Amino acid sequence: MRFTVDGTPVEATPRPGQVLRSLLRENDHFAVKKGCDAGDCGACSVIVDGEPVHSCIYPAHRLEGVAVTTAAGLGSVEHPHPVQQAFVDAAGFQCGFCTAGMVVTASTLSPGDDLAVKLKGNLCRCTGYRSIEDAICGVVNTSASSEAGASSKAPAGMRVVTGSEPYTLDLATTSLLHLAVLGSPHSHARIQSISVERALGLEGVHAVLTHLDSPDVLFSTARHELRTDDPDDTRVLDPVLRFQGQRVAAVVADSVAIAELALDLIDVEYEILPAVFDPEQARSAGAPLVHGDKGPESRIDEPQRNVLAQLHGEMGSVAEGLAAADAVVTGTWTTQRVSHVALETHATRGWLDEHGGLVLRTSSQVPYLVRDELAHIFSLDPARMRVFTARVGGGFGGKQEILTEDLVTLAVLKTGRAVQYEFTREDEFTIAPTRHPSRVTVTLGATADGVLTAMQVDELLDTGAYGNHGIGVMFHGVGESLSVYRCANKRVDAESVYTNNLPSGAFRGYGLGQVIFAVESAMDDLARELGIDPFELRRRNVIVPGDPIVVTEADEEHDLLYGSYGLDQCLSLVQEALVPTDGPVGWVTGQGMALAMIASMPPRGHFAETVITVADDGYFDLRVGTAEFGNGTTTVHAQLAATALGVPADRIRILQSDTATGTYDTGAFGSAGVVVAGKAVFAAATALAEKIAASGSLVGLSATGRHDGTPRSIAFNVHGFSVAVNPATGEVRILQSVQAADAGTVMNPEQLRGQIEGGTAQAIGSALYEQLTLDEGRVTTRALRNYHVPQFADVPRTTVLFADTHDDLGPLGAKSMSEAPYNPVAPALANAIRDALGVRPRDLPMSRDRLWRLASS
Amino acid sequence: MDLITVREIRVPRTRDELVFDEGFQPLGGGTWLYSEEQPGLTGLVDLMAMGWPPLTVTDEGLEIAATCTLAQLLAFDAPPEWTAWPLVDQCVNSLLASFKIWNLATVGGNICTSLPAGAMTALLVGLDGTAQIWGSPDRTVPVIDFVTGDRTNVLEHGEVLRSLHIPLSSLTARTGFRRIALSPLGRTGTLVTARTTPHGLAFGITGGTVRPHTSTDNGDWFTDAHGAADWRQAMSELFVSELTEELA
Repeated sequence: MRFTVDGTPVEATPRPGQVLRSLLRENDHFAVKKGCDAGDCGACSVIVDGEPVHSCIYPAHRLEGVAVTTAAGLGSVEHPHPVQQAFVDAAGFQCGFCTAGMVVTASTLSPGDDLAVKLKGNLCRCTGYRSIEDAICGVVNTSASSEAGASSKAPAGMRVVTGSEPYTLDLATTSLLHLAVLGSPHSHARIQSISVERALGLEGVHAVLTHLDSPDVLFSTARHELRTDDPDDTRVLDPVLRFQGQRVAAVVADSVAIAELALDLIDVEYEILPAVFDPEQARSAGAPLVHGDKGPESRIDEPQRNVLAQLHGEMGSVAEGLAAADAVVTGTWTTQRVSHVALETHATRGWLDEHGGLVLRTSSQVPYLVRDELAHIFSLDPARMRVFTARVGGGFGGKQEILTEDLVTLAVLKTGRAVQYEFTREDEFTIAPTRHPSRVTVTLGATADGVLTAMQVDELLDTGAYGNHGIGVMFHGVGESLSVYRCANKRVDAESVYTNNLPSGAFRGYGLGQVIFAVESAMDDLARELGIDPFELRRRNVIVPGDPIVVTEADEEHDLLYGSYGLDQCLSLVQEALVPTDGPVGWVTGQGMALAMIASMPPRGHFAETVITVADDGYFDLRVGTAEFGNGTTTVHAQLAATALGVPADRIRILQSDTATGTYDTGAFGSAGVVVAGKAVFAAATALAEKIAASGSLVGLSATGRHDGTPRSIAFNVHGFSVAVNPATGEVRILQSVQAADAGTVMNPEQLRGQIEGGTAQAIGSALYEQLTLDEGRVTTRALRNYHVPQFADVPRTTVLFADTHDDLGPLGAKSMSEAPYNPVAPALANAIRDALGVRPRDLPMSRDRLWRLASS
Repeated sequence: MDLITVREIRVPRTRDELVFDEGFQPLGGGTWLYSEEQPGLTGLVDLMAMGWPPLTVTDEGLEIAATCTLAQLLAFDAPPEWTAWPLVDQCVNSLLASFKIWNLATVGGNICTSLPAGAMTALLVGLDGTAQIWGSPDRTVPVIDFVTGDRTNVLEHGEVLRSLHIPLSSLTARTGFRRIALSPLGRTGTLVTARTTPHGLAFGITGGTVRPHTSTDNGDWFTDAHGAADWRQAMSELFVSELTEELA
């Protein structure tokens, strides 16, 4: 059949059952993205004969004679459509994976359209939608200046909005093979026998990989600078299956369809083992052991009790502190499983270079760490490996993991061919690690004038079937959430426990949000009990410069310093901005606030090396190792280099996130992109400027900058809400949302505003809507239609305010601000709902049915 | 998504060509069928080329072809005496899916998918619609009886939903509408319609029960990602009382 795409004739024979999206991408039209493949997210939106449609559910057999327009057909980098120009000028994207579809949809709107309704089929996980609304309404938020401190445009912006920026899988590869995985039907089982003969017999199947092909090396999917930070409890393919969906086998075939059809032809006999799904039961005597077979080399704290990690520490005496208190509050809070829902799913394409070296193009936040661990697992020489990322379509911590790269490596080494493994959206919900569900009990004591005398926290985390980030998340979670308060008597009991649920992992805030939800809720209860304003109660107890930054051990942190301090400003900014607002008739109203502190980078080393070189064409080539996944570090790196060199940012050409550049970076996590890699960039560019000044010439000059991630500073966020709640239905309406951030000197105000709005929106999702549910180990929320990430309609405008500080440690006085904005949002909202309803919500999400039940009780 | 088990797509233009082999299903807009894996589905019979007129006004009321898209239904210029017509807009907007889906999704497809939150099921139940089924023999079934459970209905293999009929008396009635979801524009938790009849108010209750009902006094309330059963029942009861007052 014949049709046109962006004005170009296409002749194609779609397969029965094929959709337009896959047909377009098979014909190298990569402006069409896959976000869900189910018609829910809109990343694949195109225009067919004038009507916007979701190409992933458009039957391809109906294409005869039609005209299809993608984002690339609306306009080009040189000649953008007015909507595309508007998205660049408004900074209406972050990772940009949703943007091509968003732009296509926006191009079909009319003035006066209700955007909440019209955009409900276009999901953005990064921005919180304010900047998208600005773009559609023609608001310009960026400036032409490239100085640090200006709202410069993202260097890739025009390519993102025209669909021409290549993401992980947006390149043509000839004779590519595809990989599909057979997932375990059981929560706990041992493979007794596995026969792949029938699958191998299917035409188009090249290999079937089982545990017999897997290296017998234990590793962790979680990645950190020190591989010993995470437990070695995982194999590429393991004969023991510990959660439903865990890899049993993988088929490598000519197409995804053939590979998937072959999965049904693999014959497996399982010995079903007892399973445990509740972390409290899992750590009790007699529970089935998830990793009972592991020895000390796996670095599991107590495998015979299913305890991955534990912390029990006390400073002073909580008993005495509580005895001395005039008021004591206590309560237990729970948080749920949350999926990252980065719009680009995990994916890797791998091949062998002309010298037989392994090359992986992957959707990762940590290409260097992936390379090093794969070298460890497969006994490869890292010098003969190349791991790189293109622009990554969102991460939020979910891509600080090896989830696809190891299987692709195995498949490439086995077949010698180029192989691709792309997660479906269902895979993201069912086998990709989630946010750790938690149960946190907090007890606080204080004197009548509001001085804390005791803080006690007991946390239980469900780390799922594999430990990955479960150690770090636990330790970090009880870190800055407690060290932000000055109290002589503190006790922490925390355990991260294995179950046969799908694994938990790294998620924005890395454990802090769970504990801050409980601690800040308890602080609110304490303020009520004492009759002290909640802002004032915080002021009386938060650490100020000079106070030690401790949880329970005086010498637990060696390199955490007051590089700057703006918490006092943040508290005042939010308090002054919050104004009482009336709600609808019959609704009750309330206000709430919460604070959060975060270290400006991860502990125990985060390394960045950057090299800047004067290129022959007059540009400056800046090589950095860290990845761009919507965090905006590339923009800031260009600004930092341009500022140091005194040139416009468009003279800086950034070559990034590729082990082939040789500029090591631990990776894009722990909000390190500006404060570690950015500091290294500024050092390199400053050194180069000095060389240029000294030599009076540009030719052949180059300079290197490094940073080792220590010492670290602290950053702050305070959020305030004014809400109305309908007790008859449980509906919550956010009347006002304010966040103040202490990010040091702001490098790019518009980008920072976007990070804070995006973190707020993601946290509103966690607070009110999102919940990944399991039934005896089986995930029941397997599609976006059953897992509600915030739409345009769900996210209020947030007023974003900045403290005026200058950090002694960060580049040009900047601090990190990527994860942190998420952390105070849920407790601030819970405190506002408590204020309105008179009853405290203790469980996330605070969904309408739960709040209705609470109000009716 | 690509339906990998489908081996054949037929595009019939006459009723004689409407033939369903084992594993074959009728295809409307495809917006649901292509949105999930469909194990066991080996063939599709595309109804969209049958050329059925989407909307036909008769003396008895309105006939809606199963293949009428939601966008076509919304664009219909209803006579002013059809006081119930705002319900169409309210129900189409109750669909979780966006306006881009309305360009493809069909009225019949929505009802045949038979999800509890089926917005067209809600509309046709609310207006006392009937379903004309092509089979051997042809038959007519009230829409409230057409949907028998979550994703189940009365269609036998080989039968096709040809059209929906709304009686004039419903179109000229006064109606009321209430809906709630767990989020402002989320998938329906419960949807309650009310319509004036000579015998009092007729209610339609969908979304919170596994199949449509005319009364909140039923045992079909269920819990899923879109709301808990007790909340769904309570909201429905609240809406019935609100609508009773509104239409009094």
